Amino acid sequence: MTKKGSVTRLTAGWRRSGRPASLHEHARQHGQLPPLHSGQDLIDEVAAAGLTGRGGAGFPVGTKMRGVAAQRGPKVLVANGMESEPASRKDESLLASSPHLVLDGIELAASAVGAETAHLCLPRTGGGLADLMLKAVEDRRRHQVGTVPVEVRQLPHDYVSSEQTSLVSWLNGGLALPTGSRPRPSERGVGKRPTLVHNVETLANVALIARHGADWFKDEGTQEAPGTMLMTITGAVAEPGVYEMANGALVGDVLSAVQADEDVEAVLIGGYFGTWHQVSEVAGLPFSKAGLAGVDASPGAGVLFALPANRCGLAEAAGIARYLAGQSARQCGPCMFGLPAIAGDLTQLADGRPEGEPLDRMDRRFGQISGRGACRHPDGAVRNAESALSAFAADARAHADGRPCLAARQGRQLPGTEPATQGDWR
Amino acid sequence: MTMKLHVDPIACAGHGLCAELLPEAIELDEWGYPMLAASVPARLRGHARRAVSACPALALRLTGNDDRGEGGPARAQ
Repeated sequence: MTKKGSVTRLTAGWRRSGRPASLHEHARQHGQLPPLHSGQDLIDEVAAAGLTGRGGAGFPVGTKMRGVAAQRGPKVLVANGMESEPASRKDESLLASSPHLVLDGIELAASAVGAETAHLCLPRTGGGLADLMLKAVEDRRRHQVGTVPVEVRQLPHDYVSSEQTSLVSWLNGGLALPTGSRPRPSERGVGKRPTLVHNVETLANVALIARHGADWFKDEGTQEAPGTMLMTITGAVAEPGVYEMANGALVGDVLSAVQADEDVEAVLIGGYFGTWHQVSEVAGLPFSKAGLAGVDASPGAGVLFALPANRCGLAEAAGIARYLAGQSARQCGPCMFGLPAIAGDLTQLADGRPEGEPLDRMDRRFGQISGRGACRHPDGAVRNAESALSAFAADARAHADGRPCLAARQGRQLPGTEPATQGDWR
Repeated sequence: MTMKLHVDPIACAGHGLCAELLPEAIELDEWGYPMLAASVPARLRGHARRAVSACPALALRLTGNDDRGEGGPARAQ
């Protein structure tokens, strides 16, 4: 699962077997948990490092920590290890390989903002991950490492249930669905307390910054995107898996580093809420928020899928659309009915058996769905479908005229595209 | 001043009465859910209020009504 990339920071000491580093091995690799002199010092250091959230939104971490620290009373920290993005494996790999680096980050960030409790949120379907983390938490308690108690929680695993308002809602005894409304968790979250929610990779970076400082952190990556990024790179590459890359590396260089097949012409950037692009369009762009903004792409949670030359991008996009339609919380009409409609359109198109004028119909439907839900789930689904029709415009025209490519019969390669069977948000 | 319609997308169940009563500013999508015009001209205020009060799901709101203060929600009586 875990592959050595071009940089080794978060991935230092990762074993080929994927076995977790023990507390002792962790201390030998990264050093002991550093003492926290003052919470403000650490927050300032994190801000100076320019660390941004690694869960997908890319918000500045120092700003978020300051906002929570400034609130009155005791706080709560929530570590988000839900990884609902079907094409991502980086959070799971990080937790399974370096559990104590994440737990160090939880301890340090919680102490820095004045949190007395921490929740580590994991998917209920995560196999042995929760057991592994419970054991790591217990080892720390026995060896008296850290002071903030960590609760390992197991949540329903659906696409929208890892959104931060969903986590807070579930931890407060409600459903794991986005509430989309104010107050923000940072003001009034778990148990009505100001709550800091960070992705687990973000917290592991906090643990490294606490040890080595902001200047060290900025030695990797670019000025706009400092540090490293865990990427899940799959498709037509030598070894699909999780890699650590310098942040802001050029897309073309990333593809070379993982030995993508020479004949790869298109990529999916950012995952199921991401966008499809021709390699020629993005090869020279930095894989970062600012670097990809010009082509309306975003790194998301660090997903890059290299479409194999013998696969059909429209068939892959149709699979994604069906998956996202199945993941609708079914709260809003345009999402509940609109996503299955465009999933059906894309499936007909991919199969080369369209009814009527599928391209015109989809164009109209995209405009009728975007921006009309309580959360951004429908917008993300539309964005992915729209980008596929643009990146594979010539194919789409041929498929629409009843001339599908041979590759469409090959089936799909992206994971997690079976119809969802969820509906339990408790 | 101009008024604006808002729909609560979770509450809306697509009954479609609003579009019957205010076709000038509300159009239904192909699944029967309302798509709202950017603003409602003052001359349609009465019709807009009737559309709001007719919604069985209480999902429609009108704001920016001049006789109810700026930006406040207007309740149709």
